[in-house]
Amino acid sequence: MKLTLHIWRQQKRSTAADFKQDGRMVRYELDGVSPDMSFLEMLDVLNEQLIKKGEEPVVFDHDCREGICGSCSLMIDGEPHGPQSGTTTCQLHMRSFRDGAEIWIEPWRAKAFPVVKDLMVDRSAFDRVVQAGAFISVNTGAPQDANAIPVPKADADRAFDAATCIGCGACVAACKNASAMLFVGAKVSHFMHLPQGRVERETRARNLVAAMDKEGFGNCTNQNECEAACPKEIPVRVIAEMNREFLRAKAVEEPPSGKRVGGDG
Amino acid sequence: MKLDSKIPSGAIHEKWSNRKFEQKLVNPANKRKYKVIVVGSGLAGAAAAASMAELGYQVECFCFQDSPRRAHSIAAQGGINAAKNYRNDGDSVYRLFYDTVKGGDFRAREANVYRLAELSVNIIDQAVAQGVPFAREYGGLLDNRSFGGAQVSRTFYARGQTGQQLLLGAYAALSRQIGLKAVKMFARTEMLDVVVVDGHAKGIVVRDLQTGEIRTHAADAVVLCTGGYGNVFYLSTNAKNCNVTATWRAHRRGAGFANPCYTQIHPTCIPVSGDHQSKLTLMSESLRNDGRVWVPLKKGDKRKAADIPDTERDYFLERKYPSFGNLAPRDIASRAAMTVCDEGRGIGDTGLGVYLDFRDSIQRLGKEAIAARYGNLFHMYAKITAEDPYSRPMRIFPAVHYTMGGLWVDYDLQSTIPGLFVCGEANFSDHGANRLGASALMQGLADGYFVIPYTIGGYLAGQKPGSVDGKRPEFAQAAASVAEMTKRLLGIQGKRTVDDFHRTLGKIMWSKCGMARSEKGLKEAIASIQGLRADFWKDVRVLGDGMNVNQSLEKAGRVADFLEFGELMCRDALERRESCGGHFREEWQDDGEARRDDQNFCHAAVWEHKGEPKDAVRHQEQLHFENVHLAVRSYK
Ligand SMILES: Cc1cc2nc3c(=O)[nH]c(=O)nc-3n(C[C@H](O)[C@H](O)[C@H](O)COP(=O)(O)OP(=O)(O)OC[C@H]3O[C@@H](n4cnc5c(N)ncnc54)[C@H](O)[C@@H]3O)c2cc1C
Ligand code: FES
Repeated sequence: MKLTLHIWRQQKRSTAADFKQDGRMVRYELDGVSPDMSFLEMLDVLNEQLIKKGEEPVVFDHDCREGICGSCSLMIDGEPHGPQSGTTTCQLHMRSFRDGAEIWIEPWRAKAFPVVKDLMVDRSAFDRVVQAGAFISVNTGAPQDANAIPVPKADADRAFDAATCIGCGACVAACKNASAMLFVGAKVSHFMHLPQGRVERETRARNLVAAMDKEGFGNCTNQNECEAACPKEIPVRVIAEMNREFLRAKAVEEPPSGKRVGGDG
Repeated sequence: MKLDSKIPSGAIHEKWSNRKFEQKLVNPANKRKYKVIVVGSGLAGAAAAASMAELGYQVECFCFQDSPRRAHSIAAQGGINAAKNYRNDGDSVYRLFYDTVKGGDFRAREANVYRLAELSVNIIDQAVAQGVPFAREYGGLLDNRSFGGAQVSRTFYARGQTGQQLLLGAYAALSRQIGLKAVKMFARTEMLDVVVVDGHAKGIVVRDLQTGEIRTHAADAVVLCTGGYGNVFYLSTNAKNCNVTATWRAHRRGAGFANPCYTQIHPTCIPVSGDHQSKLTLMSESLRNDGRVWVPLKKGDKRKAADIPDTERDYFLERKYPSFGNLAPRDIASRAAMTVCDEGRGIGDTGLGVYLDFRDSIQRLGKEAIAARYGNLFHMYAKITAEDPYSRPMRIFPAVHYTMGGLWVDYDLQSTIPGLFVCGEANFSDHGANRLGASALMQGLADGYFVIPYTIGGYLAGQKPGSVDGKRPEFAQAAASVAEMTKRLLGIQGKRTVDDFHRTLGKIMWSKCGMARSEKGLKEAIASIQGLRADFWKDVRVLGDGMNVNQSLEKAGRVADFLEFGELMCRDALERRESCGGHFREEWQDDGEARRDDQNFCHAAVWEHKGEPKDAVRHQEQLHFENVHLAVRSYK
C-alpha cells in the first residue's frame, strides 16, 4: 500500500493557549505498507526511513501493543484511535485503510493534556484524579478471607465492565468540552457495585469530582462522543451513575474531619 | 562473590515464621526516618511501594511509562494461582509448592517456593479487599480454572485481563499513598545506574525522559522491580519497552546475575506474519482448558482445518501426555509443537504453526459460554489475524514470553550488593528452569505485598537512617558516567538504526539460544554478538539531542545493554551442559524429552561481572531438595 501521511510535529512542550502556535502538520509519503501491519508498525516503518534520511523520528507513546496498557493514543482522521470502533491505535491494522489513502495524525487535544512532543501528551491529570480517591482504603495485610464477601454475579459483572477502562484518554479527546466524566464515572461505577467499595462512596464521589474540576477537564453536555470513542466500550451509564453518587453524597453530610475517610498511612 | 542464601532454620513450613520472628525490627516511630527507592511500578513495584509506605517508610517510586498503571504487568491475561482449595479438589499449600518445584524442573530454591505457596492465599484476600473484580459464580463466590502443570483448579481470573485488574488494584493502593504524600512518584523517569557507597546500594542515577535531565536520588535502600528481559529476542510477548537495563547496570556494579539462560517459550502465541512485525501476541494458556491442540497426521496436508476428519488429525499433546493432555507445562508443549513442525506437519503458509481448536467445546458448551470465558482473547485474535476463531481453529506458535533468570537474591530478596533488593520477574528466585502458568503474578505480588515489607526492615534496622547523602562523590561519579554514555551514543552518527541492531540481535538469540541450543550454535552466537556489539558502537545512528524527549536515545541505551547481556546468556547456556525446563540442549535429550544432570548441575549459576561479558565469572549456589525429591519430571 502507498499512503500520504500528515503528522503533527512539535519540538517542545505546549505553552501557548492556542495549540496551533506550538507545532505544525508535516506531509510524508510512505510506500510498501502491508495491510497486515498495525498502525504503529506503519509508523515504525516511517520512523526508520526518517532516521535513514537524517530526520528525527516521530515521537508517540506506546508499550504493550495489545490494547491493554493505554499508552497509545493518536487522533486519526479526527477520530481518537482511528476509524474502527472498540479498538486502540496499536490494535488497528492497515487493512482498515485503502491503498492510496491520505491520513491525518494528531495528538490528543485537551487543556488538561498538554502536548509533550509530536504526538505524545501528558496525561498525568488522570493519575492525580485517581490519587484523590479512586481506591478502597485498605492497607496490606489484614483482610478477611476473599470468599467472606460474596458479590452477586450481576454486580461483579457491572463492576468489571467499568473496571476495564485503560485510562488512554480517548474519551477526553473525543469530547468537545474535554470532559473526563467517562473516565471518572468508570472509577465510581467500578467501586459502587462492590460491597467493599460502598463504605467510602460519599467521600469518593465528592473527592473525584473536585479533583476532576481542578485539573481543568470540562463539563459533560451529553454528547456521548466519549462512549463511541472508547476502545473498551465503557458505557455512558457510568456517567449517570457518577452523577447519582455525587448527588447522594451531597445529601449526606460531609464528615467534619476533612476529606478522606480511613486514609491514614 | 559470596552466595549466602540465608535460608531460615526449621521445617519447611516453619521457615518463614522463623525468619519473621528472628529478624530485627525497625520501631514504628523510626520508620519515617528511612527512605526507600523502588524502581518499577508493575505488580511487584506498586505493591512494594504502597505496602512500605503504609508501614511508614518514605518511598520514592520510578517508572519509565507516563503512568505507573501502564507497567507491563497490565498485559497479563490468564490468571493467578492460589492454594485456596475453594474447589475442594485436593489442593493445598504443599501441593502448590510441589507443583512449582517440579514444574521448575528442580532448579529453584525450596524454601522460597514454599513461602510463595504459603503467601498465595493472602494475595487473593488482599486483592478482593481492594475491589479487584475476579470472576465469580452465580452464588457470588470466586470462580477458578486450571492452568498447565497442575491437576487442580486453583487459578483465579478476571476474564482475560487478570494482570490489568490486579495491577489496577496495586496502582490504586499506590495512588492512595501518593495522595497521602507517603510515596513520591516519578513517571517517565528511567533509572540508568545504581550508586554504591562503601559496598552498599545507597541511591540511583536517573534520566528524566521529558527534559533529559540526569539526576541522582539517595536513599537507605534500593528495591528493583523492573521486570524481565525477554526483549533480548527482539520479538517476544513482552511490551515493546521492557528491557534489561536496570538489572544489567546493577550487575555491572556488582550484583550477581543468576541463570540468564532460563527463558520461557510460550506455546500459544499468534504466529509471525512478516518482517514488519514489532512484537508477538500471546493467546493465554487458559485457552488450553477448552481448546485442543493438533496438526494434520500427514506431512504437507494443505486442506482447510474443517476438511480434515478427526481420524487424520494428530492431537499430539493428548497423545504424548495423556494425564495432562493439552495442559502439559509450557516448555513441554512448546517443544512438542516445534517437533511436529520440524516433521513438516506445521500449518499455515510458513509451516510454523499448529491449531488450537475450540470446535468440540463450542459444541459441548455453546458459543456463549466460550465467549464469556475468553471473549476478549478471541476478539484480539480476530483483530490481528482477520480470522474468526469461533468458526475456524486458531493458528498458534511458540514465542518468547518470560525470563526465569534474573538478579540473584537470598531468601530475603537481597542481591549480592547489600541494600539492593530485587522483586518480581527481575529476580531469579522461585521458578527454577520453567515457570508454571499463573505464577508470575503470584510471585510479583507475594514479593511486593508480603515479603519485601518485612525483609527490608531486617536490613534497615542495621543502618543509621540517612547515613549517606547525595553529596558523596560516588553520586557525581555515577551521574557523570551516565552522561558520558549518553554523549557517546549521540556522537556516533553512524548509518544503522537502533531497531536494526536490535532485530539482528534478536535473530541470533532466537536461532541459537531459543527453543533448542547446542554447543556449536552457542559458540557461533557469542562470536556474532561480539561483532554486532562492536558494529553498534561504531555505526549506530541516534539523532536529536539529549535534552528533550528522545525515544531513539532511550532505545539505544537499552539495546547497548542487550548486546552485552545476550552474550552472557549464551555463555550461561553453553556452560549448563544439561537440559532442564526451558533450557534444552540438543546434546542432552532422550527422544526429545529433556535430560537433566543432577550430579553436576543441581545449582543456580551466578555470574559476577569482570569488565566484559567474556570475562564474567561463574559461581554456584548448590540447591538442596529435602522435601520434594529429585525425580525425572514426567507428565505422561
Ligand atoms: C502477554 C503476557 C501475559 C502474561 N500472563 C500472565 C498470567 O496470566 N499469569 C501470570 O502469572 N503471569 C503472566 N505473565 C507474566 C507476568 O505478567 C509478568 O511476569 C509480571 O507481571 C512481571 O511483573 P513485575 O512487577 O516484575 O514487572 P513489570 O510489570 O514488567 O514492571 C516493570 C516496571 O519497571 C519499570 N522499569 C523497568 N526498567 C526501568 C528503569 N530502568 N527505570 C525505571 N523504571 C523501570 C517499568 O516502568 C515498570 O513499571 C504474562 C506476561 C505477558 C508478557
Ligand atoms: S500500546 Fe498499549 S494500549 Fe496501545
